[in-house]
Amino acid sequence: MENLLLQGLNGLASASSLFLVASGLTVIFGVTRIVNFAHGSLYMLGAYLAFSIVTSLPRGHAGFWGGVVLAALAVGVIGALLEMLLLRRIYRAPELFQLLATFGVVLVVQDVALLVWGAQDLLGPRAPGLRGSVELLGLRFPLYELVLIGIGPVVLGLLLLLFKRTRWGTLVRAATQDREMVGALGVNQRWLFTSVFFLGSLLAGLAGALQLPRESVNLHMDLATITEVFVVVVVGGLGSLPGAALAALLIGELHAFGILIFPKITLVLVFLVMAVVLVVRPRGLFGKAQVAQAAVASVAEPVLGRAPAQLKWLGFFALVVAVAAPPFLAGDYALIVLTDMAIAVLFAASLHFIMGPGGMASFGHAAYFGIGAYGAALLTKWFAAPMVPALLAAPFCAGLAGVLFGFFCVRLSGVYSAMLTLAFAQIAWSVAFQWVELTGGDNGVLGVWPDPWATKLNFYWLALGCSVMGTLALRRIALSPFGYALRAQRDNTLRAEAIGINAFEMRWVAFVLAAGFAGVAGGLFAFAKGSVFPTALDIPRSVDALLMVLLGGVQTLAGPLLGALAFTGLHEQLVRATDYWRLVLGGVILLLVLAFPQGLAGAVRQWWEGRRHG
Amino acid sequence: MLKVQGLSAHYGRAHILDDVGFEVPAGQVVVLLGRNGAGKSTTLKAVMGMVRPSAGQVLFEGTDIAGREAYQIARAGLGYVPEERRIFSELTVRENLSVGRRPPAQGLRPWTEERLYGLFPALGAMQDRPGGRMSGGEQQMLSIARTLMGNPRLLLLDEPSEGLAPVVVQRMAQAVRQLKAEGLAILLAEQNLYFAHAVADRAVIIEQGRIRWEGGMVELLNDESTYQQYLSL
Repeated sequence: MENLLLQGLNGLASASSLFLVASGLTVIFGVTRIVNFAHGSLYMLGAYLAFSIVTSLPRGHAGFWGGVVLAALAVGVIGALLEMLLLRRIYRAPELFQLLATFGVVLVVQDVALLVWGAQDLLGPRAPGLRGSVELLGLRFPLYELVLIGIGPVVLGLLLLLFKRTRWGTLVRAATQDREMVGALGVNQRWLFTSVFFLGSLLAGLAGALQLPRESVNLHMDLATITEVFVVVVVGGLGSLPGAALAALLIGELHAFGILIFPKITLVLVFLVMAVVLVVRPRGLFGKAQVAQAAVASVAEPVLGRAPAQLKWLGFFALVVAVAAPPFLAGDYALIVLTDMAIAVLFAASLHFIMGPGGMASFGHAAYFGIGAYGAALLTKWFAAPMVPALLAAPFCAGLAGVLFGFFCVRLSGVYSAMLTLAFAQIAWSVAFQWVELTGGDNGVLGVWPDPWATKLNFYWLALGCSVMGTLALRRIALSPFGYALRAQRDNTLRAEAIGINAFEMRWVAFVLAAGFAGVAGGLFAFAKGSVFPTALDIPRSVDALLMVLLGGVQTLAGPLLGALAFTGLHEQLVRATDYWRLVLGGVILLLVLAFPQGLAGAVRQWWEGRRHG
Repeated sequence: MLKVQGLSAHYGRAHILDDVGFEVPAGQVVVLLGRNGAGKSTTLKAVMGMVRPSAGQVLFEGTDIAGREAYQIARAGLGYVPEERRIFSELTVRENLSVGRRPPAQGLRPWTEERLYGLFPALGAMQDRPGGRMSGGEQQMLSIARTLMGNPRLLLLDEPSEGLAPVVVQRMAQAVRQLKAEGLAILLAEQNLYFAHAVADRAVIIEQGRIRWEGGMVELLNDESTYQQYLSL
């Protein structure tokens, strides 16, 4: 009984800090429609800055609380600058491009924090006067946690007052619903967006700073937080403050009690909850449909077209080189990199298929890559299957997962759908991670070696062949009647359904196809590496695929190809060349986003067409 | 007061407006008539900066405002009431009005909430009602009132009579005439000839993104062939 009370209080304390971070994210999303992956990085910066400020100020109440407030303000300013210098320039870019930019920021902030504060975990000072604990029903409970429990509701109250009682709050609520109309009434959206970013970032920074007496400050805070906070925001309903509060409470308590009841499930519990909530309530607990933003003065989505003949020849030429050159390359390393590239191209092309023609973003595409990899590897391990049957089985395993997960995901739209894919991917990941008897858990499946005939060179050709055939097949499907129907439902679901297209079925089939092709890539990956670990289906791998697709550009069929080559090549070289590869990669991503807001392939096409017309 | 010259606009590759030109003199009500999809709404949006014109000028009191952003154009003194009304459904009537509030313009009596409740008494009775729980006619009044809070000198009204009961249309026409009497210039997009006749001084007919006819409202009503060619179904 006492234990339950203690866990309940612990749950409240984490709910409180979860809410602080989530409230900032939900307010920012509500107004700007930006899925800000860098919000977790702002939280981390809040913790680091608070550490530096508090330790350099004199000890005592003023030093500690002053440091916390200063850190929060500093993070608010950083967020505002982020909006002014980066995001403001790309509001007119295609949707999801801001996402790419915030990924870039995540990478840069990680390495900047590493540079400034080092790789060591930092232990901050305790809050003065709150070091002790209080006695509750004969149990000792840390005083600071109790204060934290109080801060959450206070901040919620202040925010609600701010939004209800001030003109600024009224403007923000109006813009959350229809920001174009707010602009037409004479409100400068730039100023509104910047101020919203300031407030949201300040809240993230405050939450980070308040963690100082609770836990160590480290470089993993950003991603650990952002996934959990996304769950809170999505479960609560995007843009809803009360929703975020309720969801934070739910997730915080579930965590606290999940550990007591079924420790193994804690890794996946929040995602299970999100999946259930989204299946029952497709817009989260308190989410509302918002007015579709008219494509104001933005570039209309170009129609997916066939590439110009010269470009096809160029591609063909590149392919000939890719087939013919490797035997003359010295060493295995180049072959390994080339094989990785071939696999990456197919993986990216499969994600592009649902994102481009399908119009559905997936934050969890690694699930199908990983399930394909595990499927092939487990067949080899448990049934001693040779390579070819194992490879053939991979797409079926992934496709089956696609049938199941896709059935739920394709019913939702936009960010909700993307978050559900993430939830399923995390569920798949935790199965791979925790079902040790079957998968070996963290130790992975080892000894997945190719058949003897498949030397490094032959295997490369096999991977290249699969990749080329797969990519061409996806292209063929995108340009088939099925592909047209798929794009019709993407552009206007109601109209497509009115002419007899079953949008749900189209999306579902597309999802399963994409999963299957990702599975092929995953199977190849297993044999290329000789082993499979849970990292094959973790979040960073999903993010990698997103980066490849977004970098290349969603609107062109060649986009994922270019994106995969650029990303894999860049990543490979940078990791070898410098410890701060994230900084460079993130910086390159930011530069590309600012210079080519249509993706690499879009920029190439624009240049190409401009040259022809000019 | 407003002079549009050679205005063109595209959605993607589709040409929506082609060399559109007309004038709205100070203190007058000009109606833009045309069938569905003729380009009426797009013309208003292009003037307001919500659709970026690909060519042409929009001169407001001599200054070219084409290519400026919507909020700047609103601040210059244009007010826009969208066809879909676009009420903030989560916000109350009073909050909706407060979003539209801007400093008064010179030469016109400034609008206050009280004056607007005088113009639309129905709104005064529901100041704390959320916009989402109002009838279509009430939402239309709120949308106009919200834009008037910005004290515009020229009002762009997109099909204010659409979907309203005949008696509400009459009341709306009264309100528009009252606004004209206050000294406001109004550019109206309409399909309802009755409504247009009740309020407009001049008419401009648009079809397939081009201006086909321009003249006095009375002239148009006497010109059976023009009416038949461009407006009848």
